[in-house]
Amino acid sequence: MQEILSLAGANLVSPIILSFALGLTAALARSDLTIPEAVAKGMSIYLLFAIGFKGGVAVSTHGIDQTLILSLVAGLILSFGLPLVAFALLRVMTGLSNIDAAAVAAHYGSISIVTFVAATSVLQGRLIDSEGYMVAVAAVMEAPAILSALWLVARSGAGGKMEPGLMRELLLNGSIVLLVGAFFIGAITGEQGLAEISPFIVAPFKGVLCLFLLDMGLIAGRGLRQSRGVVSIGAVGFAILMPLVGAMIGLGAGLLVGLSLGGVVLMMVLSASASYIAVPAAMRVALPEANPSVYLTLSLGVTFPFNLTLGIPLYLALAQIVVGG
Amino acid sequence: MQTHTAKRVEIVIEAPLENRLTKALTEAGVTGFTILPVLGGSGRSGVWTREGQVGRAGMVQVVCLIKPERLDGLLDAAFSVVEKHIGVVSITDAQVLRAERF
Repeated sequence: MQEILSLAGANLVSPIILSFALGLTAALARSDLTIPEAVAKGMSIYLLFAIGFKGGVAVSTHGIDQTLILSLVAGLILSFGLPLVAFALLRVMTGLSNIDAAAVAAHYGSISIVTFVAATSVLQGRLIDSEGYMVAVAAVMEAPAILSALWLVARSGAGGKMEPGLMRELLLNGSIVLLVGAFFIGAITGEQGLAEISPFIVAPFKGVLCLFLLDMGLIAGRGLRQSRGVVSIGAVGFAILMPLVGAMIGLGAGLLVGLSLGGVVLMMVLSASASYIAVPAAMRVALPEANPSVYLTLSLGVTFPFNLTLGIPLYLALAQIVVGG
Repeated sequence: MQTHTAKRVEIVIEAPLENRLTKALTEAGVTGFTILPVLGGSGRSGVWTREGQVGRAGMVQVVCLIKPERLDGLLDAAFSVVEKHIGVVSITDAQVLRAERF
């Protein structure tokens, strides 16, 4: 316990977390601080490219083994299965309608790539290696949860259908294309490729991540300010409990697959995180009756800050206890 | 200068629906439209802003100028997309210079 608190304490005073806290505080205090949309999109493109590229380089260095295939399959199963767990918890803990509960569940089966990036940064800071292909696992886990949510809604007779073209949009959304594309570029060009662009994608990475998290803090703070009264105490409790449940399931999956300590932590983080970019857009198309204030407040306003501040160090400490190292 | 009567239809809709709306309009025979970014706003669904957004969030405005007799077809096509979604559809009378273009 002492170790977990110490890790959490160290994590809380990192520039990344403090930048997020600055954005959150500024938005809650109604400051006019904003990051222009184009700058935020530019930073997200940079971060996705850098994390994908570095993941590809790691694969080219360490080679491909059967755990890669197993990890991808585990990611798929988790993304399909986690919404069912989330939906069951929501039915018990909240009074949300079937449609709202299914929409929220979809977010918790999918992933937050920013939480993933923050976790890789924490691992690097502690000199803990992780499997480079976890980036591909992250990409695989983006979309299946949406299908599970639509199935949950259809099963309850409340509608919910896969719009023509939605699956293509999901699988080819810009984030996934960039992440997977950069991963392959990194895997093909390897260490030599990394050396060529290292001053651009390695050195400035943490600084850009700080600014990006400042923006995420601003968005989360604005969302929290505007959603007072929208979500119940039970829903907030769900948004804290579900990442813990997801992380434990991710821990089991990581151990079954045979991942390293870093890989297990990343599998836990992927299972614990909730989407707030890809899935909300998909939900607006597939389940327009669902209330966006509910799912955005829970995933971005509660779960994201929880994972960023307490979740990641907690998952790391748990994994260290179970895996060792 | 000679002007001609037209209808100006403005549809403010969620950005993820933009492609579906423009496809429906095109299929309904609408030959032209303009898409404008919306910076922010407030309505029944609360306050929102485009600032700092990363994903395909926020709203866009699709503006069409058409001959009055084609209004119903356009509205049917638009309504099939916007019916269940957050947004605003408004129609105003307008005057255009080159009627053959609408």
